[in-house]
Amino acid sequence: MAQRIPFTLRFLQATSKSGWIALGVFALITLVLLPLAHLALPAGHPLHVSDYVITLGGKILCYAIVAVAMDMIWGFAGILSLGHGVFFALGGYAFGMYLMRSIGLDGVYHSNLPDFMVFLDWKALPWYWQGTQYFLWAVVLVLLVPALLAFVFGYFAFRSRIKGVYFSIITQAMTYAAMLYFFRNETGFGGNNGFTDFKRILGYSISAPGTRVTLFALSALMLMFTLVLGRYLIGSKFGRVLTAIRDAESRVMFIGYNPLWYKLFVWTLSAVLCAVAGALYVPQVGIINPSEMSPANSIEIAIWVAVGGRGTLIGPVIGAFLVNLSKSWFTMAFPEYWLFFLGLIFVLVTLFLPQGVVGIWRRMRGQAKS
Amino acid sequence: MSDPNIGTGHFYVEGEVDLTHHVILYLEDISVSFDGFKALNNLSLTIDDKELRCIIGPNGAGKTTMMDVVTGKTRPDSGTAFFGQTMDLTQLSEAEIAHLGIGRKFQKPTVFEQHTVFENLELAMKTDKRAWRSLFAQLDDAQRDRIADTLRLIRLDQQADRLAGLLSHGQKQWLEIGMLLVQEPKLLLLDEPVAGMTDDETARTAELFKSLAGQHSLVVVEHDMSFIEQLGGKVTVLHEGAVLAEGDLATVQNDQRVIEVYLGR
Repeated sequence: MAQRIPFTLRFLQATSKSGWIALGVFALITLVLLPLAHLALPAGHPLHVSDYVITLGGKILCYAIVAVAMDMIWGFAGILSLGHGVFFALGGYAFGMYLMRSIGLDGVYHSNLPDFMVFLDWKALPWYWQGTQYFLWAVVLVLLVPALLAFVFGYFAFRSRIKGVYFSIITQAMTYAAMLYFFRNETGFGGNNGFTDFKRILGYSISAPGTRVTLFALSALMLMFTLVLGRYLIGSKFGRVLTAIRDAESRVMFIGYNPLWYKLFVWTLSAVLCAVAGALYVPQVGIINPSEMSPANSIEIAIWVAVGGRGTLIGPVIGAFLVNLSKSWFTMAFPEYWLFFLGLIFVLVTLFLPQGVVGIWRRMRGQAKS
Repeated sequence: MSDPNIGTGHFYVEGEVDLTHHVILYLEDISVSFDGFKALNNLSLTIDDKELRCIIGPNGAGKTTMMDVVTGKTRPDSGTAFFGQTMDLTQLSEAEIAHLGIGRKFQKPTVFEQHTVFENLELAMKTDKRAWRSLFAQLDDAQRDRIADTLRLIRLDQQADRLAGLLSHGQKQWLEIGMLLVQEPKLLLLDEPVAGMTDDETARTAELFKSLAGQHSLVVVEHDMSFIEQLGGKVTVLHEGAVLAEGDLATVQNDQRVIEVYLGR
């Protein structure tokens, strides 16, 4: 007991053996089986996995990362953000800038400038577009811009001890304000059309099956990393302080902790994870526009987490898949009724499943034991 | 900047409580009002080092507000609060005050109900409490021993792995006292520590507090007169936000003004 366990080992120990087995199975499916079934099997083969499935799957994997990031702050720190869409979208825009620059001269106007700038009759790139032709700089932007916004916003909000529903409302206002700002053509991000018509990424065609599968696999890897990171955080003393802040914040202060830095760290981390998810999302769906910042999108993130089960990390992944799969089916079968259905899910889950899907499973296991 | 040691006749050590006059807490002319109601009205009070002090007074006398001022939860409208000779409590945050060595037990027991008894003590324990450190923190042997000792002292060693929310009311009070002790505070503020305890538990708590008095300074706010009698320390009576009487329990109980406040009107 006395020996100090090296950090890397503790990081691995944070996930249980069955957790690693589950992750291994997940990795086998998403990194090997599905990519092979898409690339190696001919289109007519019964086990062939179509473009549609890979793209939809990749998209939902990105949503699942967002859901886990949301669970870190809502489930464990009790901070309900209804503006997480803004971090997701900022990550998407930051990487979208690189994708726009990679179009090169192949755009509609065959100009060095992105099409929308030519359309606005701009002659040169704005200063904040400088360097975005480099992949690595785009990655830096993906991480840094949302982190900065989250840090500054969080610092002032948490320092002023804004909590509960007030905090949620301010985050809604934040994402709404960002959406309005990005809608303007003068902002320099393509106005309401946003970015689209991407051609290539790191020299590879963006629509090639190999590229799609790579992005899909990267999304799966990122999700697994996020889960393991979440496990570690929650199992550490940091996580115990966080849940203590959630349950009795003033008590935490009186035993000598400053909740500000705990909240700020997990809040900023959560924002960065969302941004990475956004950056993986944009090349897969091929478009980013300000509607990603709409308040409704951010509320939907909270619904994924609630459906799957708050404070469980794995629950939000399940929730993201359940809600989004039913959304894909519903919006095709009964397009007008999707929002009603989504609202109904939320009401039902709040009333009958306070711990979401994971709660049902835990209850059943509890009954089986006793 | 001038040398802080000049004129004080002793050496000033940053972060250490200066007890040269054997007084740990000075409250001078403290006033606090809420919407015109004067919760504290020029309250002056001193607590000696390693003393066990009881504070009594009718409802609304300002007992809890006094603790709020000392722990940084409420800022006084006027007056000064010093910890030792040098530390101005009115300028510090709750967490900073806790770090200096002032621990507080609330009226309503507040333990972390979703954490185990052991984890409650782990979180409270005196250690580096910055966020970055807690990401990599591990308990060492001395700390584990300290938690084990405290668990025995508060008689919860059998419950170490239970969720604190499942404890009885009296056990939660004890756990909270344990959480105070592992912080190694110099001054303990205890707001109605035996509320909801059985007579047996109350007697054991009195024993525990008396044994602590030699090592820490204790300020106990209580309504339970038999408990105060068991503790046997100096008693201060608060009334309408100021000190009405001070002395041993018998003296205070025979004070005409105290009798009027408690029985009169």
